[in-house]
Amino acid sequence: MKSPTRTEIMTIVASRLLGDGSTCFVGIGIPSMAANLARLTHAPDVVLIYESGTIGAKPNILPLSIGDGELAETADTVVSTPEIFAYWLQGGRVDVGFLGAAQVDKFANLNSTVIGDYQTPKVRLPGAGGAPEIAALAKDTLIIINHDPRKLVERVDFITSPGYLDGGDARKKAGLKGGPSAVITDLGVLVPEVDSKELIVSQVHAGVTRDQIQEATGWELRFADQVTETEPPTELELTTLRQLLERTEASRRQAS
Amino acid sequence: MALEGFTHLIPFAAGHEIIRQRRRDLTLVRLTPDLIYDQLIGMGCAKKLVFSWGGNPGVGSLHRFRDAVEKAWPAPLEIDERSHAAMSAAYVAGAAGLPMAVLRGFVGSDLPNQNANIRFIECPFTQEKLAATPAINPDVAIIHAQKADRQGNVLLWGIVGVQKEIALAATRCIVTVEEIVDKLEAPPNACVLPAWTIDAICEVPGGAFPSYAHGYYERDNAAYLAWDAVSKSREQFTAWMDQHVLGTENFAEFRHQLAS
Repeated sequence: MKSPTRTEIMTIVASRLLGDGSTCFVGIGIPSMAANLARLTHAPDVVLIYESGTIGAKPNILPLSIGDGELAETADTVVSTPEIFAYWLQGGRVDVGFLGAAQVDKFANLNSTVIGDYQTPKVRLPGAGGAPEIAALAKDTLIIINHDPRKLVERVDFITSPGYLDGGDARKKAGLKGGPSAVITDLGVLVPEVDSKELIVSQVHAGVTRDQIQEATGWELRFADQVTETEPPTELELTTLRQLLERTEASRRQAS
Repeated sequence: MALEGFTHLIPFAAGHEIIRQRRRDLTLVRLTPDLIYDQLIGMGCAKKLVFSWGGNPGVGSLHRFRDAVEKAWPAPLEIDERSHAAMSAAYVAGAAGLPMAVLRGFVGSDLPNQNANIRFIECPFTQEKLAATPAINPDVAIIHAQKADRQGNVLLWGIVGVQKEIALAATRCIVTVEEIVDKLEAPPNACVLPAWTIDAICEVPGGAFPSYAHGYYERDNAAYLAWDAVSKSREQFTAWMDQHVLGTENFAEFRHQLAS
């Protein structure tokens, strides 16, 4: 079998963090890929919720958008947009929010709004979507992002969705529970340090050096006392992921 | 005005007609501007956008939206930016005749610092800090649905998004449908908008293309992927719109031309 790519490792590591039976509010793209991989491997009873209102979606191919018909057809139920946010997310029924972003900072705050100043942005990004409330109201948040010094920055240009704000007990003081438990990248895994809430490296993927991970990060990184090396992808994980992507590709080729 | 449909049932045919009629200075409201607002913005129809997520889903940027915000082309675009939770709650408040929506949201986010339409209030019963946002009541809502009957009752199903809420929140509501039938045959509790809540119905088969109509046709993901290149430059975008939208009489001709 072809050896795994960095993106495949990132997706597999993220999928491992999603517990079986948990209820997960899924963002589109790699979060959706990782969540479905979890469902097809170790977490068959995970409940996937997409913000289009599909609850318990079990897509056979990966959706391109958050509201593809595949999601509605395989869901346990489909509810309206106001309902998904009010009853299900705000109502406290979501265990894990699975999010991506353009930038994440030292205290796990997320930016998907602008690069540069809000009024005169250098890059206008898509915006908040469902993320601020997912990051605030899910009991736990997992963040997936490619390691790059422009993406993992000391301080985000704009806080779209709260992580630990200024660190320490700032999130708690703001009245928010939960908070991100891990940032999964193509080089390793960062977790918030217990008291400071600063993201520190807890895990590196095989073959990745400390220098390499530091160079790809926009602040001076600290490492956990015990940094573990990522368990290599199992054959089941890799095969399941590749088959999922092949089915998705085949379906898109057929449609076009 | 609001053209709604969450990924599904997006009223593209109606949006194109607004462009053909050269409407200007519109305030456009929509959770996910999507390709249709990218087209309206790029063609200079909008002066303001009320929204919560302005991307091409699963593909990347909406280039015309970005060009308008970053470089004021073809005209400056004022924005009122909220989140999906806040926008959908604002539609519910609009439909319910309330002045504002209340939600647990925006705590720790920078958005309230930039948008006066997001503020915090204290719950009079529990003293919890909650976000408030004004109700949205557009002059006109346009939605696309699967069916209407001859009396004008409208049925939609699948991902129903915010269509019922915006139809009831707006002063006037126009619905384009896949087909007009003798009987809706809607089960109880189905999402039905009674005829007397609708001002006009237009039969436009395929009118949600390249989004989709559940039970009729699938989302044309290839068209969404292709839009990235079409919309990247001002010149290419303008040429495409001139040829395919301004250069056609109606949506059926647009579809025909695009397919050939």
